[in-house]
Amino acid sequence: MKIDHSLPLEYSTEENRLKIFGFWIFLGAEIMLFATLFTSYFVYENRSGNGPTGAEIFELSPVLMETILLLASSFTIGLGIHAMRLGKQKAMMSFFAVTLVLGLGFLGFEIFEFTTYIHEGAGLSTSGFTSMLLTTLGTHGLHVTLGFFWGLFIILQVKKRGLTPETANKSFIFSLYWHFLDVVWIFIFSFIYLKGMM
Amino acid sequence: MDFFDRFAVPHPSFLIYASMVAIGLTVIAVLVGITYFKKWDYLWREWLTTVDHKRIGIMYLISALLMLFRGGVDAIMLRAQLAIPDNKLLESQHYNEVFSTHGVVMILFMAMPFIMFFFNFVVPLQIGARDVAFPRLNAISFWLFFMGAMLFNISFVIGGSPDAGWTSYFPLAGNDFSTSVGSNYYMIAIQIAGIGTLMTGINFITTIFKMRAPGMKLMQMPMFTWSALISNLIIVFAFPVLTVLLAMGTMDRLFDTKFFAIGDGGSDMLWANLFWVWGHPEVYILILPAFGLFSEIISTFARRNLYGYKSMVASMVVISAFSFFVWAHHFFTMGQGALANSFFSITTMAIAVPTGVKIFNWLFTLWKGKIEFTTPMLYAMHFLPLFTLGGVTGVMLAMSAADYQYHNTMFLVAHFHNVIIPGVVYAMLGGLTYYWPKMFGFMLNERIGKWTVWLMSIGFVLAFIPMYITGLDGQARRMYTYSEATGFGPLNMVAFIGAGIMAISFALLVYNIYYSVRYSPRNIGNDPWNARTLEWATHTPVPEYNFAVMPQVKSTEAFWDAKKNGHEIFKGKIEKIHMPNSSGLPFIMSCIFFVFGFSMIFSIWPLAIISLLGILGCLVYRSFEKDHGHYIPVEEIEETETKLRGAK
Ligand code: HEM
Ligand SMILES: [Cu+2]
Repeated sequence: MKIDHSLPLEYSTEENRLKIFGFWIFLGAEIMLFATLFTSYFVYENRSGNGPTGAEIFELSPVLMETILLLASSFTIGLGIHAMRLGKQKAMMSFFAVTLVLGLGFLGFEIFEFTTYIHEGAGLSTSGFTSMLLTTLGTHGLHVTLGFFWGLFIILQVKKRGLTPETANKSFIFSLYWHFLDVVWIFIFSFIYLKGMM
Repeated sequence: MDFFDRFAVPHPSFLIYASMVAIGLTVIAVLVGITYFKKWDYLWREWLTTVDHKRIGIMYLISALLMLFRGGVDAIMLRAQLAIPDNKLLESQHYNEVFSTHGVVMILFMAMPFIMFFFNFVVPLQIGARDVAFPRLNAISFWLFFMGAMLFNISFVIGGSPDAGWTSYFPLAGNDFSTSVGSNYYMIAIQIAGIGTLMTGINFITTIFKMRAPGMKLMQMPMFTWSALISNLIIVFAFPVLTVLLAMGTMDRLFDTKFFAIGDGGSDMLWANLFWVWGHPEVYILILPAFGLFSEIISTFARRNLYGYKSMVASMVVISAFSFFVWAHHFFTMGQGALANSFFSITTMAIAVPTGVKIFNWLFTLWKGKIEFTTPMLYAMHFLPLFTLGGVTGVMLAMSAADYQYHNTMFLVAHFHNVIIPGVVYAMLGGLTYYWPKMFGFMLNERIGKWTVWLMSIGFVLAFIPMYITGLDGQARRMYTYSEATGFGPLNMVAFIGAGIMAISFALLVYNIYYSVRYSPRNIGNDPWNARTLEWATHTPVPEYNFAVMPQVKSTEAFWDAKKNGHEIFKGKIEKIHMPNSSGLPFIMSCIFFVFGFSMIFSIWPLAIISLLGILGCLVYRSFEKDHGHYIPVEEIEETETKLRGAK
C-alpha cells in the first residue's frame, strides 16, 4: 500500500479514500431509509385508533435528557477525531470512550421511555400510530446499539495496533456514522416529539 | 409433531410432490457428483470464496439462467391453464401461487442478477480497473442475493408459496387472507436479497467514480458504464424504501403490528404507495443497463460511434430523476382524486420523452452505418420496434381516465411484458451472446443464435399481442379461469402457442451453448467482434488482474481509436499488482443468513436468535481481521502475459 503523507492518516491510502467515499454513499442510503420512516410516520401521526395519541404519551424530560446526551456525544467524538489528527492516541481513545458512555446513557433513557409507553398501553401492536412510532424510534435506537459495539471494537483495535492508516480510517468512518445518528435524532426530536407535544 | 406440521405444504398436489422428489434427487446427485469427481476443494477455492469480479459475475449469470427456467416453467403453467375456457389444470390457489412466484422470480431473481452479471463482468473491464472498489463486499452481495433466491425457491415445497401477487398488496397479504407462511417467505427472502443489491449499488458507484483508468473523464465513459452508474444510483435511492416496506410487512405478519391493518389506524394504501415508490424506479434499474448494452451493441455493429452521446447521458439522468415521481400511475383507480391522478399522468407521459430521445439516437447511429447483422445486433433490431410498441401502450396506460378501462386487465400484462421482454430480456440475451467470447474464449453459434432471436420474437408477438385485445375486451389479470361465453378462448389459445414457441427458443439457446462448447473454434483472439471499448483490449481469457499495465484513455472509444490510429494504450512497464485475498466469510455469513431467514419465516425463535448472533459474530470477526491482500510479482505477470499472447 502506498501511503501519502501529505494527507490526514485516515485518507492516506487509496483503499482508505475508497472506503470513506463508499461510506458517504452508504449514508445516502441511510438517509433514504430514515426518510421513508419519517414519511410513513407522518401518515400514521393521527391514526391512533383506540390507542393513545402522541400528545398523551410524550414527556419532555426523558426526551430532553436523550437529546442532551446524544448531542454531547457528537461533540466528544468530534474532539476524538481532532485528537486523532494530532496523533494523540490516548486523548482520542478517552474521547471515544466518553462518546460511547454517553451513547449508553442515551440508550438507557430510551429503554426507560419504551417501558413507560408500554405501561401506558402504547405497545407495538396497539395502533398504526404506536407501531410506527416504536419502529422509527427503534430503528434509530438499534443503530445506536450497533454503533456502541462497533465503537467498542474500534477502541480495542486502536489500543492494540496503535494509530495506523487502517485504524484511523475505521475511527473516522465511525465518527461519520455517529454524527449521522445525531442528525437523525434532531429530526426525531423536532418532528416527532416537539410536533407531537404541541 | 405439531412442530413439524408447519413445514407441510397447505395445498399439496401431485405436481408439488413430484417436484419435491425431483429437488431431493437433484440435490443428492449434485452432492454425490461433486464428491465423486473430488471437486469440493476446487469449488471452495475457486468459486465459493472468490472475490474476483469476473467469477462473481459468472455466478450471477448461472443463477439468473437457472431462475429464468424456473420462472419460465411457471409461465408455461399459467398460459396452459388459460389456454382454454373453464380449464381444470390448476386450481385457483395453485394459480395464485404460480403467478406470484413467477413475477418475483423473473424480476428479482432473474432480471436483477442478470444485470448484476453485466455490472460485475463488464464495468471494471470497461473502465480499465483491476476489480471493484470493495471486492469482499461484492462477494457478500452475491451470496446474500443467492441465499435470498434459494430461500424463496424452497417455499413451494416447504410451507407453501406466496400467493398475493408479486406486488403483495395488503390486506390480501396480511394474516387474515394469506394464512400460510408464503407471504413470510416473500417478505424475508426479498429482504435478504435486497440488502445484497443495496451493497452492490454502493460498490459500483464507488468503483465508477473512483477507479477509472487514468485519463478517462466521466463524459468519456462507455455508454454501458454510464447506464450502470445511473442504475446503481437508483438502487441506492430506491432499495432502502423496499427495506423499510418489507420490514413493516414482516412485523405485521409476525408481530401483529398495525401498519397495514384495516382497523386500529392501519393504512393498507401505504403499502401500495411505498411498494411503487420502490417498484417504479426498479423497472428503470432494469431497463437502463439494457439500454446501455444496446448502445454498445448497436454502435459496434453499425461500425459507427454512438450518435448523441451527451443526449444519451442526459436522457438517462432525466429518466432516473423522473422515475421517482410517477409511482401512483400504478393505482389510478384507487381513489386519490383527479388532481393527484393528473399530476402522475403528466409525469408518466413526460418520461416517454427522454426514452424517445434514446430511440432516435439509436436510429441515427444506424443511419449511414455499415450494419452487420450478428446475433447481438439482431436482438437489438428486434428490440427497437417491439419496445417502441410497449412504450406507446405505456403512454396509453398513463392516461388516468382511460386507465379505468385498462387497469388490472390483460392489457396491462401485455404492456409490461412488451417492455420487459424486448427491452430487458433481449438486452440480456444479446449482451450474453456479445460477451460470451470474452468470458469463455469461443463464440456462440451464429446460425442457431439467429434462429433463437426470430423464434423468440415470433413467440413473443403471438403470446402477448392477443392479450392487448382480450384486455381491452375486459379479461382481468390474475383470474385463474374464464367462461366460454366471454369469447376469450381462441386468443388465449394463440397466446399459449406463442408461449410454447418462446419456450422452444429458450431451449434452442441451451442447445446453442451445448453445441458451441463442442464445436466452436477456439482461436478467436481478443477482439472477435472488432469492438470499440477497453474490455476488448485485454486478453481472452481475461487474466486475474485484468490489465497488466493500466490503460491510458483519451477518448470515449479508447480501444477503437487506438486500433485506428495505431497508438499504444498500454504504456509503461509491468509492476507488481496488488490483489485482494479470497475469503470464506461472505459465503458462511450468507449461509447463516439463510438459516436466520428460514427460522424467521417459521417463527422458530431460538434458532433465529442463535443465527442472528452468528451473523453478528461474522461482522465482529471481519472487524478484527487483518487482511492486506497480496501482490502478484512481476515475473508471474510476465509469464502469464507471454502465455496469453501466445494463445492468440
Ligand atoms: C414509456 C415508458 C412507460 C410508460 C409511460 C409506462 C406506463 C405504465 C403505467 C401507466 C402502468 C400502470 C398501468 C395500470 O396498472 O393500469 C405501467 C405498469 C407497468 N410497467 Fe410500465 N411504462 C413504461 C415503461 C416501462 C418499462 C421500461 C418497464 C420495465 C422495464 C415497465 C414495467 C411495468 C410493469 C412491471 C408494470 C406493472 C406491474 C404490475 O402491476 O404488476 N414499464 N406502466
Ligand atoms: Cu410504473
